[in-house]
Amino acid sequence: MRALDAKLLRDLRRIWAQSLAIALVLACGVAVLVLAHGTQTTLSQTRDAYYERNRFADVFASATRAPEQLTEEIARIDGVAQVQTRISKQVILDMEGMVEPAMARLVSLPVAGAPVLNVPLVRAGRLPDPLRPDEVALSAPFARANDLRAGDSFRAILGGRMRELTVTGLLLSPEFIYTISPGTMIPDDRRFGIIWMGRAAAAAAFDLEGAFNDVALRLTRGASVDAVIAALDDLLAPYGGTGAQGRDGQMSHAFLQGEMDQLAAIAVVLPPIFLIVSAFLVNMVLGRLIAQERAQIGLMKAVGYRTGEIGWHYLKMSAGIGVGGVLLGWGVGFWLSGLMTGLYAQYFSFPYLVPVPSTWAFAVSAAMGLAAVLVGALRAVARMVRLSPAEAMQPPAPPHFRRGWADRLGETLRLRQTSMMILRSILRWPGRAAVTLLGVAASVSVLVASFFSFDAMDVVIDEAFFQTNRQDVTLVLASARGTDVLQDALALPGVMQVEAGFSTPVRLSAGPREDLVSLEAHGPGDQLVRVLDQSGRAVAMPPQGLLLPDTLAAELGVRPGELLQVEFLAPPRETHMIPVSAVTRQSLGQAAHMSRAALFELMRVAPQVNRINVTFDGHALADLYARVKETPAISGVLLWSDLRRQLTAQIEQNLLTMVFAYSVLGILITVGVVYNAARIQLSERAHELASLRVLGFSRAEVGFVLVGEIMVLTLAAVPVGWVLGYAFAALTAGGLSTELVSIPLVVSVRTYATAALIVVVSALVSALMVRRRLDRIDIVSALKQKE
Amino acid sequence: MSQTEDSGKPVYRAVGLTKVYGSGAAEVHALRGVDLELFEGERVVLLGASGSGKSTLLNILGALDTPTAGQVFFRDRELTKLSDRALTAFRRDHVGFVFQFYNLVPSLTARENVALVTEIARAPMRPEEALERVGLSARLDHFPAQMSGGEQQRVAIARAIAKRPDVLLCDEPTGALDSKTGVQVLEVLVSVNEDLGTTTALITHNMATRKIAHRVIHLADGLVAKVERNDAPVPPAQVSW
Ligand SMILES: Nc1ncnc2c1ncn2[C@@H]1O[C@H](COP(=O)(O)OP(=O)(O)OP(=O)(O)O)[C@@H](O)[C@H]1O
Ligand SMILES: [Mg+2]
Repeated sequence: MRALDAKLLRDLRRIWAQSLAIALVLACGVAVLVLAHGTQTTLSQTRDAYYERNRFADVFASATRAPEQLTEEIARIDGVAQVQTRISKQVILDMEGMVEPAMARLVSLPVAGAPVLNVPLVRAGRLPDPLRPDEVALSAPFARANDLRAGDSFRAILGGRMRELTVTGLLLSPEFIYTISPGTMIPDDRRFGIIWMGRAAAAAAFDLEGAFNDVALRLTRGASVDAVIAALDDLLAPYGGTGAQGRDGQMSHAFLQGEMDQLAAIAVVLPPIFLIVSAFLVNMVLGRLIAQERAQIGLMKAVGYRTGEIGWHYLKMSAGIGVGGVLLGWGVGFWLSGLMTGLYAQYFSFPYLVPVPSTWAFAVSAAMGLAAVLVGALRAVARMVRLSPAEAMQPPAPPHFRRGWADRLGETLRLRQTSMMILRSILRWPGRAAVTLLGVAASVSVLVASFFSFDAMDVVIDEAFFQTNRQDVTLVLASARGTDVLQDALALPGVMQVEAGFSTPVRLSAGPREDLVSLEAHGPGDQLVRVLDQSGRAVAMPPQGLLLPDTLAAELGVRPGELLQVEFLAPPRETHMIPVSAVTRQSLGQAAHMSRAALFELMRVAPQVNRINVTFDGHALADLYARVKETPAISGVLLWSDLRRQLTAQIEQNLLTMVFAYSVLGILITVGVVYNAARIQLSERAHELASLRVLGFSRAEVGFVLVGEIMVLTLAAVPVGWVLGYAFAALTAGGLSTELVSIPLVVSVRTYATAALIVVVSALVSALMVRRRLDRIDIVSALKQKE
Repeated sequence: MSQTEDSGKPVYRAVGLTKVYGSGAAEVHALRGVDLELFEGERVVLLGASGSGKSTLLNILGALDTPTAGQVFFRDRELTKLSDRALTAFRRDHVGFVFQFYNLVPSLTARENVALVTEIARAPMRPEEALERVGLSARLDHFPAQMSGGEQQRVAIARAIAKRPDVLLCDEPTGALDSKTGVQVLEVLVSVNEDLGTTTALITHNMATRKIAHRVIHLADGLVAKVERNDAPVPPAQVSW
């Protein structure tokens, strides 16, 4: 080995703890990038392959009842490659051993063969025989959650009749990678599933012979989705079409896409923080090392080493740290992306989900990681390499202290001399103090930005499940009814309170912008389902006009007072111009709201109900559910109290892991920064500190000078970190918000406090670790040292 | 081997060397027009009071530093015209340095400290051979911290001679050593000069040491005050300290 390389390895070994601290910070950045981007790649590649192979449709639409002959006309729409018509209905199930009713989406299979679009994948058993009306296949996650296998049977209410159905097989479908019952946003495989049934049997059950109520299209390459949707809407309008949607309006796709966008946001926000901190750390540590080796550098120049060769020597050292960090980050990132993929496999039903190493993430993270350490090194190296050899071999001029305002301040405050030493040292090396301060602030900010996601989640859940929806159960009616059904509902066993609900699909448009949402009616005294204003308080419905969630209003570009075009997609299928009267807050889902009286006046019909919100007395639960299951008018049930319980349990289960993971990130930065800063302090001031010991200062007093300076900087960094953290949280909130979930920017006091506490404690521990070395310093040899 | 101005060719020729450090009120004239020649194979001792400009002169001859004015010729080349890169190459190929404080790389062993230079030299000795010359064959794998001052200085000399330099420039090589060790180091330097014919210039504060030289150059206040010739140099062992 070349002598210089031997020196390199030995130097690295000598400063291993510092190198390791830097490598760990760097590794965090690399790992987060590999994790987020790798997982995203895995999801998107798997999804794309799955979509392609199983021919996931591009456009989806439903109607009430469209004649089969319409199929040909749809196929003739410019840009349509394939058409798949079918029957699709929401149904209630009566599962063995389950008191509460379960729900399913029933989807028909073609009379002969497999569907041409959204082709299901048979995981076990076979597709149902089209000639046997009682045979169905089930979505695999639902079957698994309910312990159903091919050959088992269960009961469902189809078209008002309780039927015994036999399971022939378990399927997966690109349409139902993420399965949630409409209105809840939370997957629950036990209570919601997909049923596939032969077309003839489904038609018979729902009285849809010779007709369809659902259609999916695959488009030719380059076709305009909007144009096809417009044409399809025209064709379906007479048959109760409620507005076609592209993939972005398809639940499963939209959720998956949202998840991938979130991963992308994480990959953009977090890694740069770690990389920048690493660059500063390398600069700090290498700068110190080079200053210590000043004479050696002079010597190398004297004996004829070229400036480039010496510079390269030190760059290689930082590259060594960089390579270590990158490799570690790769390993950890890939390993975590495996875990993460496993986690996704629980929520998303893919036929397979194997971590795909993202070459891009590996390459980019390595390039950025190495660039960070090299840029950090470059400055330190450049400064020293410029010295002439004769100059370099002389010891550097002693640091220059000047009396200034700090000294007067110290005198006024009657600071002890040891405190003055702290103050002067910070002012003497402001650059290093700034690096320490910013590094610590960065860790506070990473923690704030991470813990913020819990705050946001708390708000979203509290809003959606405790403030907005306060009912125990929502009964979804098969079709709209008069308000007298409320009396029937009140008569159900255990029911204490009922409230009318009505929602209807509309297309909102403002100029060129438009969105398909549901319009919900609210009565003046509604207590169970409420709308919140932007500060989270329940609002009283204005007598006229629309209430829009802020994100939807922003998307449409309308403000209160402006008019919005509202096209009713269900009868009476009219279009009205309605003013926006206020903007509200809704984190989960997007719906427009209106006063019930105003809405039905506009529709020119007597008030109607298509969902009933209910609170009940827990004792009569079994009776109530039994009645619900046998009531044909009820096509769906949303069990809010169960959801609440489930959610809370889920969050508690994951909370600790998440807090732990985020804390590790924050702690690593703090330790990296503080440990290095303290070590450098120690090596630079060993002489001075040893002199204090000679003068009779105790270990504790001398330790105070070292630890005190670090802690002063740490405490100063905390508020800076809070501000930075809030900014990152704002950035993250933007990145994490999707069509379906808008993340509110709320940071709790608890988050600020926890972040500060974690950072201050880890800074203290790191500084004390270095202090222990101070205790071990040999006073005599420290005094003898030239420098 | 005794060479003089009449018989030898100059290796170095310096004309009107001036060196000014700092500027304005803080200006220090370290050299004020030094003319000087060093001849092939000769052994020169530089004497002078502290601050007289000895180190400055030696550093300029060795291309560690550049003069403010004046010219330095090495054989036929004018060093004062060379670029930084060319000066580095010049040091690499022609000059060996020995300093008062040894300047060894603490993280490298004796052998590796020598190898540091042989790895970039054109026709070097093996590090082991160089260390044997200075009597350190038994210390090849010791780190600087494990050696005495005299041993460290001998490693530094081995490092300086391993590339078979044309000139050896020594700035107070015995300055940090006791007399016995100092004599050992001088013996090594003299033997290198005699065996390899390496032109050697040596700064010292020890008046007695001048007896080992062929010529003694006295510096005072940044000028050459006097040049003495010594036709009968004595071996270091006979120099009384
Ligand atoms: N880098 C520098 N900056 C400013 N002045 C310098 C520098 N180096 C040397 N000097 C000054 O130049 C003069 C000559 O210094 P030089 O080191 O050559 O003296 P010297 O003869 O080697 O002395 P000594 O015997 O003490 O080593 C001195 O006055 C010194 O203070
Ligand atoms: Mg000197």
